[in-house]
Formats: sequence, structure tokens, C-alpha cells
Amino acid sequence: MSNTDIIIHDEKDNVGVVVIEKITPNQDCNCWIMENDKSVSIESKDEIPLGHKIAMADLNEGDTILKYGHDIGKVVKNIKKGEHVHVHNVKTKKW
Amino acid sequence: MEIPKSFLGYKRENGRAGTRNHVIILPVDDISNACAEAVANNIKGTIALPHSYGRLQFGADLELHFRTMIGTGKNPNVAAVIVVGIEPKWTKRIVDAISITGKPVEGFSIEGVGDIDTIAKVSKKAQEFSMWASEKQREECPMSDLWISVKCGESDTTSGLASNPTVGNLMDKLEPLGVHLCFGETSELTGAETVCEKRGKTPEAQAKFKKTWNDYNDFILKEATDDLSESQPTAGNIAGGLTTIEEKAFGNFQKIGGCQFIDVLEPAEEPTKGAGLYFMDTSSAAAECVTLQAAGGFNIHLFPTGQGNIIGNPIEPVIKLTANPLTAKTMSEHIDVDVSKILSREMNLSQAGDELIKSTLRVANGRLTCAEALGHKEFVMTKLYRSA
Repeated sequence: MSNTDIIIHDEKDNVGVVVIEKITPNQDCNCWIMENDKSVSIESKDEIPLGHKIAMADLNEGDTILKYGHDIGKVVKNIKKGEHVHVHNVKTKKW
Repeated sequence: MEIPKSFLGYKRENGRAGTRNHVIILPVDDISNACAEAVANNIKGTIALPHSYGRLQFGADLELHFRTMIGTGKNPNVAAVIVVGIEPKWTKRIVDAISITGKPVEGFSIEGVGDIDTIAKVSKKAQEFSMWASEKQREECPMSDLWISVKCGESDTTSGLASNPTVGNLMDKLEPLGVHLCFGETSELTGAETVCEKRGKTPEAQAKFKKTWNDYNDFILKEATDDLSESQPTAGNIAGGLTTIEEKAFGNFQKIGGCQFIDVLEPAEEPTKGAGLYFMDTSSAAAECVTLQAAGGFNIHLFPTGQGNIIGNPIEPVIKLTANPLTAKTMSEHIDVDVSKILSREMNLSQAGDELIKSTLRVANGRLTCAEALGHKEFVMTKLYRSA
């Protein structure tokens, strides 16, 4: 079995979590979807460290980030598929 | 995996079963700690449960104090109880409530006697209880005698990814067997509160959860000087990859799997609606939360951790699991179950859940947890407000 670089909780999620030390730009990454035990792949655009998120699709300002199949915040700056998703482009909807 | 149908526990007078067989010396108040600890020192096979409170409390805070004391004594992991307080009245109230279980319980008060004579009297009774309890044997008990509480701590992204979902997988598999289950941490469900509310099995359970969370949130809004975005998620959470409070809350929420909760409990309240999942209104501080769950009658605890929380409890064994490979390595003496292979995909969630069930049963049957072997006995009362 090939190594898993990224884990996605739920098939609906538009972000995945890096589970290796880091991924580098233009890396062809193996993703595992926990919910249904399926595999997909994605090409990264940024360097992303362990535990941080990668966009699994192009996301526009105002879009909702789905992780665990649930709303975990809103996009505040357009994000391209394969880019790093974190506090610089996503904010809570709580306040 | 075929899930075992039974474990070896201690059957109690009231029909419950314990995974442990403790004889406890329970001080009613802070100033009775010295006596309780002296007795536990004298008489082997007993443990004292010292704590910081029990004087001049009033209202809901006092009620919670009594509920925690009484619930701790009633817990089926406790074979027999000695209650020691400065005054007879509060001592008797606790003794009377514990005695409903039918287990041996006796109360002593120090005022007018002094520590030394009280220690002598209590030691005699403690010796009798300890020797009596030592003859109790483990017997086959149905899985439904397990009351499992859960709480996570020192969480990081590996918690939401793997160790919390492993607990959720265990819940999904054990709930149909009639196990009682309990989760808490009102504060750390913030962001997932509406989704959590919908997990209530009945409109009453949902409404009760909503009120509990709203009351907590009103308290935060009243006390907070800003919108909490400085503290939730924490700087450490953000460095670890957690972006929003919602993300943190949903990681926490993975612990209940696909289960629905049937009722919402006050802190330290014993569930009365039969088998299934309960939400208990607790702090998210580890020792406070587990102490309240143990007082609610739960007899075995699952504690997923990321960065490595080391908590234990004097009467409820605390099983720790982690999916963080570094924590599993650097803090191995604290980790009962290593599920880090989920991240490297050498193990799937269902296999991890099976491993956790196996470990839970070994501990239920008597295997010491890491926290027990290391002597962790954190007994921490929750205090709602300052005393009079």
C-alpha cells in the first residue's frame, strides 16, 4: 500500500489534513478518505506541515469549509485546489 | 471482531458491577483530609480521597459538593466507604445517601474528639472493611454492566483525526449491547453546539442540551473581555493546524461516533433513563470532568490525548489512547493504547475501535491502567462559585 500523505474525514469535506512531516509544492499526494476507506490523489501547490489542511477543491470567498462533514468556518480569501488552508484564508463564523 | 459478551467484575448489593474493589476514606471537608490520610496510611487496602472544599459552601454549589461526595461513595468501583467530617450533620447526610446502595458505609466526626482518637476509631472500622472487601471475587458480568465515560485532553490534530474517532467507533459498537455512555465538556463543544443539540434523541434532550450550552455561553460572554478568538483555538492549537473553534469542537465531538444522547445530566448526576449515551454538563478540565463522571456512577473511562495528558482518577480507571506517534514514543508509560497506525494507514478505524474494546475489557477485568500503575489519583471537586 502506498503511503498516505493526507487524511480526509468525510467524503463531503473540501479540506484534508497532512499526516506526514510536511508536503512540498507540486507534490503528488495520496489521500485517504476515512469515512468510506477510499483513496484519491491531489497535487499540492504550497508547502504544508503536519496537521495542517490542504484545499481539495477551488474555494471562493464566502464559501464554507467542510471538515468532519460539518461547517468549520468561512473562506475570507480565494483558495485554489492544493493550497494551504489556515487562519490566513479561513475564519470562524462564530464571531 | 466478535465483541465479547461479558467481563469479570465485582457485583454490588444494588445490582451494579464494579471494575475495581476500592475501600475509600472520604473526607467531607478540607480539614478532615489529615485524618482520612492517616487512616489510609494505617490500614492497607484503603485509599483516602483528599480535596480542597466542603466548608461554608451554599446553594447549588453545596448541592454539587454533596452530589459529588455521595456519587463517589455510591460508585460500584467502591466496595465500602468511611466518611469523615468535622461535624456530624453533613457527614450523616452523605452516609445515609450512600447506604441506599446497600454497601458497608460508616461515618465519623472529629469535633469534640480530636484527630488522634478519631483516627484510632476510623482505623478499626477501615481494617474491618478492607479485610471484608479483600474476599470479594470477580464474577462474570454482562457488558451492560460497563458504564463508560469519555473525555479528551491536550488535544491536537491527531485527536480529531484518529484517537477521538476511535472512541466513537467503540461507542457505536458497544451502545447496542446496553452499555451506559457519557460525554461532557460543555465549553469545548462551542462551534458544534447546534449539531450536538440535534444528536439529542428526544425534543426534551435537545432542549435540555440547548439550555445547558446557552447558560454556559452567557456566563462566558459575561466574564470575557473579548470574543475569545484570542484563546479559542489556542496559539498551540493554531500551530498544530487547527484554524477555528468550530474545527476544534468537531474534533472533540468525534468521541460519540454516531450515537444519540438520551438525556442531559447535571454535573455528578447519576443517569436514570437506562442504557445509552448521556451528556453531562462538565468543565473541560480533565480531572474535574472525570471526577464528576465517576460521581455519576461511571466505572471505566476512555481518555484520548494528542500532546499527552497524564490524568488518572482514584476510583475510575482511566485508559489513555493517542494517535500522535511522537507522544506514543516519548510518553509511552502514560499510553495504554497506541492508535497512531491509523495515520500511516496500517490500521483502519474499525480495527482501532476493536483494539480499544479489547484494552477496555482487559482493564475492566483488572489490568492496571498506566495512570493507576503510576499512582495518578486526581480527585478534583468542581466549585461553582466562592464560599460564604
